[in-house]
Amino acid sequence: MKDQHLVTMRVNGREHELVIESRKTLADVLRQDLGLTGTHLGCEHGICGACTVLMDGEPIRACLVFGVQADGRELRTVESLADGDELNDLQQAFSKHHGLQCGFCTPGFLMLGEAYLSTNPEPDRDEVREVVSANLCRCTGYQGIVDAVCEVAEKRKVSRG
Amino acid sequence: MTTAATWVGNRLPRREDPRMLRGTGRFTDDISSGHALHAAFVRSPMASGRIVGVDVSAALDMSGVVAVLTSADLDDAGLRAVLERPEFIATTMPLLAHDRVRYAGEPVVVVIAESRYLAEDAAEAVEVDVEEMPAVTSLSELGGELPVVHEEAPDGVLVDLQMFQDDMLESALEEAPLLLERTFQSGRVHAAPMESRACLAEWVDRDEQLVLTLSTQVPHQVRTGVAQALDLPERAVRVISPDVGGGFGLKCVVGREEVVVAAAAKRLRQPVRWSEDRQENLTASFHGREQEYRVRAGFDEAGRIIGLDADIRCNIGAYSAFPFSCGVEPLMAATELPGVYKVPRYAARARGFATNKPPTAPYRGVSRPQIVMVMEGLMEEAAARLGLDRVEIRRRNTIATEDFPYLGANGITYEPGSYIEALEMCVEETRKHGWWESRAEEGKIRGIGLANFSERTAYGTATMGMRKMAMTPGFEVAHVKMDASGDVVVTSGTCGHGQGHETTFAQLVADRLGIHPGRIKLRQGDTDLTSFGWGTFGSRSLVIGGGSAAVAARRLADKIRTIAAEMLEADAADIELIEGHAQVSGAPDARVSIDDVAANVHFRAHTLTSNEEQLLEARGTADPSGMFSNACHAALVEIDPGTGGVEVCDYIVVEDCGVVVNPMIVDGQVRGGVAQGIASALFEELVYSPDGQPMAGTFMDYLVPTASEIPQIAVHHLETPCDLTETGSKGMGEGGTIGAPATILSALNDALRDHRAGLRHVPVAPAELKRLVGVPTATQEDA
Repeated sequence: MKDQHLVTMRVNGREHELVIESRKTLADVLRQDLGLTGTHLGCEHGICGACTVLMDGEPIRACLVFGVQADGRELRTVESLADGDELNDLQQAFSKHHGLQCGFCTPGFLMLGEAYLSTNPEPDRDEVREVVSANLCRCTGYQGIVDAVCEVAEKRKVSRG
Repeated sequence: MTTAATWVGNRLPRREDPRMLRGTGRFTDDISSGHALHAAFVRSPMASGRIVGVDVSAALDMSGVVAVLTSADLDDAGLRAVLERPEFIATTMPLLAHDRVRYAGEPVVVVIAESRYLAEDAAEAVEVDVEEMPAVTSLSELGGELPVVHEEAPDGVLVDLQMFQDDMLESALEEAPLLLERTFQSGRVHAAPMESRACLAEWVDRDEQLVLTLSTQVPHQVRTGVAQALDLPERAVRVISPDVGGGFGLKCVVGREEVVVAAAAKRLRQPVRWSEDRQENLTASFHGREQEYRVRAGFDEAGRIIGLDADIRCNIGAYSAFPFSCGVEPLMAATELPGVYKVPRYAARARGFATNKPPTAPYRGVSRPQIVMVMEGLMEEAAARLGLDRVEIRRRNTIATEDFPYLGANGITYEPGSYIEALEMCVEETRKHGWWESRAEEGKIRGIGLANFSERTAYGTATMGMRKMAMTPGFEVAHVKMDASGDVVVTSGTCGHGQGHETTFAQLVADRLGIHPGRIKLRQGDTDLTSFGWGTFGSRSLVIGGGSAAVAARRLADKIRTIAAEMLEADAADIELIEGHAQVSGAPDARVSIDDVAANVHFRAHTLTSNEEQLLEARGTADPSGMFSNACHAALVEIDPGTGGVEVCDYIVVEDCGVVVNPMIVDGQVRGGVAQGIASALFEELVYSPDGQPMAGTFMDYLVPTASEIPQIAVHHLETPCDLTETGSKGMGEGGTIGAPATILSALNDALRDHRAGLRHVPVAPAELKRLVGVPTATQEDA
């Protein structure tokens, strides 16, 4: 017998009421129940970070969290970053610095980067390398990713004054 | 819109980026298909054995299970890769194992259910009874009586190539002032694209077609594999490759699971999908690289190589992968071992051995990471023995500018490159970066590594034909069509998956049509949309796919000029296409917009007399012989004596791929390739137990490096334009991966210079380095 639960979650600013099986991962709920396929699954054991999303502002692996654990929580996925046609500053910096090739790991790195940038860091290249080493990319060798996050950290710091 | 004198050479931002950054790319598993069923595979728990029973009854009774299929349900179909050589033994890889299992993880049964969760539940309820047999897993076991993997090849040898016999080689080696006999080894590794394999298959009655959407580099080759295995005409199979999350060669062969899913969809007349999980991907897809080189190299007193003899052994796993066969790696190794060096006498024997491990696919670099490691290792050991500088010995042996075109003992003609220039520039950069002072610092175990090498790219039909594959790749056919609005669609049989083809192909076409690249859209990855083509692998796509698109664009430009000439009452030879206009040369006021030309051709054909063929379409082909790009790599490394861990402190690449279409993309290919090469030198290995059980089934055991392990990589360009190609470019997709293992190994040996470590294998594990640095110099055996 399926073990179904009624849960409520706010995803990218929209409230959702869902009936989901207890064993279904949050990643599968986002992808299959909400159609938010920007969250990708690269390993399903919490190492690669392609499925990184923000839960109440904190980066989490959506493959290691069950959908029911997101009950009552606020979630942000990669689909929340752009404003209509306008990519946000981090997305633009990834493109400028060639921080993506195949694009599969990119949503995870963007959400990881957003979480880091939201802590208002003093930009520091070594620290950024350390932060982005939470996730795996197989195409870029990471240099463009580090460049992009550093640039946006610097710019946001300047705009904070 | 900005404009440029030429679009080629520009750091144009990638057309692919916005959708990837929004999360709106379409990877196979992102595509919804109403009520698609889900597949899960039941796999062999043992490396070798006889299947004595399969019981699917419990699984069939479970709720949500639609079908449970075995090999018999698929008519015992399989994939058969063929090399048309007497030295090759063809074997069949069954879609599902039926009598025997040949590696742990081999698929035996497929469960089709309403969800992946239910399919996996039911897969656990399938009972596969295997009577275990002895397994052979390692090249070191070869020689004695071995367990038989395939009855057709009792000695385990699936391919045995003796190439470039030279009767004088033996005596030359015997008389050489310095003879090095050495063995080099490379471990079994995984391409590990971030997206595992995935597919979605559906039989579509209206089109009388099986539509297979999957993550592949080679849609047409998948179509052939499916058509042959399921006995369908090629027309009845449509293969679509949407966005692909990395391939690196793993996805340039046809997976049996993908064909099983297609067969199941056809049989059930319902869409079926499968997403490979990471454990399956690491333990049961395709592997790469496991090889051993036993070489004998003779040098004269001046350090010039006199002769080279190689015995090359490749552990190809249990099956020949379709369609390239297990001959790819041995053939590449034997043919191209001499590399950038003038080796006057050369012979090689290259064999592929079947073992009880998953099959191998041509992982990025294909034997060349190993052959560069061998040649660079030999040069450095010879230098040390002869008291020569290790850069100087390379200078003395490298094919110099005045030697081009150089005909090697391996029968290859090397067209101009910048082998010496790259070496000198790279060494100069190491000085500028202060590496040598850093290396000399007291109390630090630091070394500088070097590798100078070439990469043969964009093999066309003539060169591939020498390999004698039953399916010989090489050419591409592109189509360029301008629509009534003046926008252009380009189609190509190549299939980019991260290399930025939508951007670079548009740059090539834009320069020929005089329009902005933003108005040019590349469509690829669909066998119904594009002409037959071979896909993306072997550093071929920009040169052959892009080259064919450039040829087609040139022809389309001629048509536009002809129409514009009629509209302007001018001579077509005087018409230039520039910034969206066709104008009379020297009379810029006499011009029409290309949009108006396009509209006239489509909507006002009655006003034109010069439009004989109707519409603005052209076709182009490219099929070059293959050409060598080259590069020199350098690395500065430090070994931690406490842990044996290695920090790659800095990395420099000087590379020459001819005309650079988009420097940003080229640099990205280089850096990503270097990261993979560093990975296979220091971190990654698919370890197996002696009885063939995989020990690395997760990313916790298989260590793909993170941003903390990969250094900044400086990339410098030399540009020797290639006159064998339409665009002057050479391929460059694999060079980073090819050069890095040799460079890292060279750096480690340099760091251990006081220990005479003589490392000749990758990966090099921290435990080994810790042991080496801990042993006093005097007690170590002289390598």
